[in-house]
Amino acid sequence: MDIIVCIKPVLDPELPPAKFAVDSKKNQVIPPEGMPFIMSPYDALAVEAALKLKEAKGGKVTILTLGTKYTEDVLRKAVAMGADEGFILNDTAFEDSDGFATAYVLTQAVKKIGTFDLILCGRQAADWDAGVVGSAMAEYLGIPVVVRAKSVEALDGNLKVERVTAGGSELFEVPLPALVTVSSEMGQPRIPSGRGIIIAAKKQFPKWGAADVGAEASKTGTAAQRNSLVKLYIPSFQRTCEMVTGKDPAEAAALLAEKILAIKP
Amino acid sequence: MAENKTILVIGEIEQGKTASSTRELLGGARVLADQTGGDVQLLLAGEAAAGLAAEGIALGADKVYAAGNAGYNEFNCDAFTALISGLCNKIKPALCLMGQTDLGRDVAPRVAARLGMALAMDCIEVVFDAESGGFKQTRPVFGGKAFSVLTTAKGLSQVNTVRAKSMKPAAADPGRKGETVTIAEGPDAAAIKAKLIEAKKQEAEGVKLEDAKVIVAGGGGLGGVPGFEMIKQLADLLGGVVGATRVPVDENWVPLSMEIGQTGKIVSPELYIAIGISGAAQHITGCINSKKIVTINRDADANMFKISDLGLVADYKAVVPVLIEKLKAAK
Repeated sequence: MDIIVCIKPVLDPELPPAKFAVDSKKNQVIPPEGMPFIMSPYDALAVEAALKLKEAKGGKVTILTLGTKYTEDVLRKAVAMGADEGFILNDTAFEDSDGFATAYVLTQAVKKIGTFDLILCGRQAADWDAGVVGSAMAEYLGIPVVVRAKSVEALDGNLKVERVTAGGSELFEVPLPALVTVSSEMGQPRIPSGRGIIIAAKKQFPKWGAADVGAEASKTGTAAQRNSLVKLYIPSFQRTCEMVTGKDPAEAAALLAEKILAIKP
Repeated sequence: MAENKTILVIGEIEQGKTASSTRELLGGARVLADQTGGDVQLLLAGEAAAGLAAEGIALGADKVYAAGNAGYNEFNCDAFTALISGLCNKIKPALCLMGQTDLGRDVAPRVAARLGMALAMDCIEVVFDAESGGFKQTRPVFGGKAFSVLTTAKGLSQVNTVRAKSMKPAAADPGRKGETVTIAEGPDAAAIKAKLIEAKKQEAEGVKLEDAKVIVAGGGGLGGVPGFEMIKQLADLLGGVVGATRVPVDENWVPLSMEIGQTGKIVSPELYIAIGISGAAQHITGCINSKKIVTINRDADANMFKISDLGLVADYKAVVPVLIEKLKAAK
């Protein structure tokens, strides 16, 4: 089973709010100095799901990533986890691509790779939180898609996918090739082995530009943006917190109970 | 492709009734349409559609498309993507609104990709921008740590999904006039590639989190299932419902249906009691519209205190039993 996984380097979403800063002139996030981007957590789970399928059914896991910074780092991490190879989509024409343009470039790269059984993506990137790229790729490739998967199981020519919904979960059967986006309920991504890290350290990752994948300039980058980001800011939710105290927790709790009774609807 | 000023609301039907998200979208769409001079159209799909059309009009729609085929009773992404793309292609709305629901999350990116429309997901505000004649969206990004404001390329038709509780439903006006158009065709079986085998419901019984007046929510600080059993007693005494953050769900202490936050439920109760919750951005984004927030945490630096009205720094195990006892006594 040949699987392609699309991954994105992002600012670590676990970064505490106190260290999160925004340049409101450029409408950009200012990453803390010396802090490298990581593989978006949902994407790491997509890699994990791919590796489990490979272990069950054999085949190859190929990683695609798009961008200029930290792309090699995240590819190396994926290979250290057990992926076979990776490609970097890098071209000035790709800069500031929106979700649709990103999906278009990734689709072109998938076509260049040629054959595959399954494409896996994270349910949404931990930076812009849109959840568009996977679904858009499936549309552009004309293949079935199931989003927010918590488990995937390969059957003959089919994939059994359980996905999370607001009210529980749903089990789908989809013919291959298909695209699945992965949610946090998939579990935990594996920690790379020592051997994996050594293999990854030596790995070369070919770079593909617009010409390599046959991407038209009008469909990528700023030229193709359907929305403009006009403002990026850190919202303030600050409230004045009245701290309840007492000589011991029990006394404080008794006081808190009175205050809760007073505001309880 | 925006050739007119129509705002199309993609309605959802829950257990035979107009979903609360749809009521909110109709209220919001009506306000926007009154500013742009456009009209509000509503799509309802499933056997209950025709019966709910009048209510849709009372809540703000000028025209209702009722796709009454039983094939639409259950949400299927392929079927609904085809239905909604077909309708958008036909009426070319300036704006198509969906809820940030299972349907919206699934269908909006596909419809926008298929038709080349602009897209903004998970909006908490959509306003008319008189200057450009278009719409401006605000949406949380970076797990809720930042808000982004977007405008759309001129003349481009767009899809927005809107987060629960971001728009206000209008009071139903039975005197409002509108037209109902029947869509007789059902889904094209050949277009349905992802086949549903089984749906597993996990929704807790009783009052839904989204509708609760009081929520007692627990985080990783509760340490396990016994902690949740304890705060359940507190919730019961307050006539409330128990919620949770990401950690207890990941640890399988509680089901996913109890999660409050960016990838879970968005709630706005009168009273929100956060116990053992540090206050990650993705959780805060789901509860910040609560009227009063009370935090109990043994870490005085917990971010949750900053967004709270009342706070108590202590181990919950020393506090919650006392709260339970006092509330029982007050009954």
